[in-house]
Amino acid sequence: MADAGAHQSSRSRDLDKLLLRPGHLVGPAFEPGTELRDDIQEYARILVVGAGGLGCELLKDLALSGFRNLEVIDMDRIEVSNLNRQFLFRLEDVGKPKAEVAAKRVMERVSGVNIVPHFCRIEDKLDEFYSDFMIIVLGLDSIEARSYINEVACSFLEYDSNGNPREETMKPMVDGGTEGFKGHARVILPGITPCFQCTIWLFPPQVKYPLCTLAETPRTAPHCIEYAHLIKWDEVHSGKTFDPDNPQHMQWVYSEALKRAALFSIPGVTYTLTQGVVKNIIPAIASTNAIISAACALETLKIASGCSKTLSNYLTYNAVEGLHTKVTEFVRDKECLVCGPGIFMELETSDTLKMLMDKLGDEPQLLMSGVSVKHGGKTLYMQAPPELEALTRANLSISLFKLMEESPKGILHVTGTAGKPGKRQSCSTKLRVAFKGVAGIKDTDMAGGA
Amino acid sequence: MVLILSTGTMIRLFKVKEKQKEEAKNANRNGSFKKQSAGELRVHKDISELNLPKSCTISFPNGKDDLMAFEITIKPDEGYYMGGKFLFTFNVGATYPQEAPKVKCKTKVYHPNIDLEGNVCLNILREDWKPVLNINTIVYGLYHIFTEPNHEDPLNHEAAGVLRDNPKVFKSNVRTAMGGGRVGDTYFTK
Repeated sequence: MADAGAHQSSRSRDLDKLLLRPGHLVGPAFEPGTELRDDIQEYARILVVGAGGLGCELLKDLALSGFRNLEVIDMDRIEVSNLNRQFLFRLEDVGKPKAEVAAKRVMERVSGVNIVPHFCRIEDKLDEFYSDFMIIVLGLDSIEARSYINEVACSFLEYDSNGNPREETMKPMVDGGTEGFKGHARVILPGITPCFQCTIWLFPPQVKYPLCTLAETPRTAPHCIEYAHLIKWDEVHSGKTFDPDNPQHMQWVYSEALKRAALFSIPGVTYTLTQGVVKNIIPAIASTNAIISAACALETLKIASGCSKTLSNYLTYNAVEGLHTKVTEFVRDKECLVCGPGIFMELETSDTLKMLMDKLGDEPQLLMSGVSVKHGGKTLYMQAPPELEALTRANLSISLFKLMEESPKGILHVTGTAGKPGKRQSCSTKLRVAFKGVAGIKDTDMAGGA
Repeated sequence: MVLILSTGTMIRLFKVKEKQKEEAKNANRNGSFKKQSAGELRVHKDISELNLPKSCTISFPNGKDDLMAFEITIKPDEGYYMGGKFLFTFNVGATYPQEAPKVKCKTKVYHPNIDLEGNVCLNILREDWKPVLNINTIVYGLYHIFTEPNHEDPLNHEAAGVLRDNPKVFKSNVRTAMGGGRVGDTYFTK
């Protein structure tokens, strides 16, 4: 037992310098001590989303940073091409689920850590699964997946009646991303720092070649590949959907692209480039993943412990030419439909949808007319087009309480024309609706995500 | 603004977790609430503000609660394609408007800018798409390629050549195709 104790203290020696001693850069309520260290080990449950290049690094970094309750979710299986950087995987693991192998390997190497793998899609899990974690750390490569997790995490956020976020309902996220020699790490505290949707414009649009260029005047190897992928495929395989993960499909596109390139004397079509263009792959660099993950793991530790101020709020790393890093403090979009407070309205259970719409016209913050209303997956009312107006008109005279399935409170999304005369413009907003006199109602409501 | 999440707050957070979970179950977590992607909300706005040309109509094959897949029918009221009827399918992704909707022409058409598989060469569907554009813009763009077919951006190489070199023959080919007949090697149905 004495041995185990000595081992423990040597393992956390560096961490102890952060967690056991006071400091000048810590938060005001930071309470250094062994209790803090032990509480992080015992209570802090962290979810890592993605077990790829970033995910492998993140799991290792978090485990070595003293977190003992980790879970990881990833739907992919290991491929040969992952092995150069996803260092937890070996050749014999090819074909096995990434999440399971990654969890097992880190547990083998770092004693005391427990990692629960989830080999499934992120959409397969209920919101309750995500709400159980203290912090969600993202090691993803797509906008879709980030948007989804962001929407889930922001849906836990509640605002008080003054429109201030309630701290205890915040689900912090730490997001890492890399593309070749470039990367970013960011801290998302919903309600405080911009959420993913607030700054969605940061993502550059994907390169899309005009179809007629592909069909008529190809000039580059990617033009030939996209011709085979987007035009020739449909011509030959009528109705059959192209599957980028099917090697036979990819091989077919490659051989067609080669023919096309030969016809126009264009060099440079290779199988790797074909995969790259079709799946929009940018070569991943192990060192970039390591650097970005390290930054993310540190931020996670800072959020959990309060041992230092967190990154505020977006770090970019660029090692394409020389090395450049910068932290930018982006600001929230006050009208963000995902993380914003929207507008709070208290209604009678007898109020009809039409009455709500009239109230929006009188609501001084909105003065909204021409209103269309959505609740969750349901279209409650549409001003236009006429077909949808006719299909939804009957809802106008039904009580909103009933339309919202007699839930004491909930989220609506409304869109219409709003603002003072002369400054009226198209507007979309979230409404937090609560019904008077229904049990279970407090003075707050969910931000509801989107 | 820098937020420092204090230790006190966070540790308290772990410990009240169970209580919170119960409250959440009682209050807001009714299972039927479906979260909306930012893309769905934007489409809701776009559709509610649609202001289509008279010659265009929209329909929703999956009903009023799925606005992400819809069909646009264009009946041009002038030009070569007057009297024709052309069906387009729109598929909008969760990341709309970061990405343009996927648009296909389901009516086989003899047209320089639409190929026989239904691919459409319209700049705002691909290289010139911007998130400030909307569904309305695309429908006007589609309408425009029927009133002003363009031989400089060909997807149907033959049709483009005929339009450029011999508009009269092009006009009669369009008539033949729309009436249900053969142009070159291709049969078109009425």
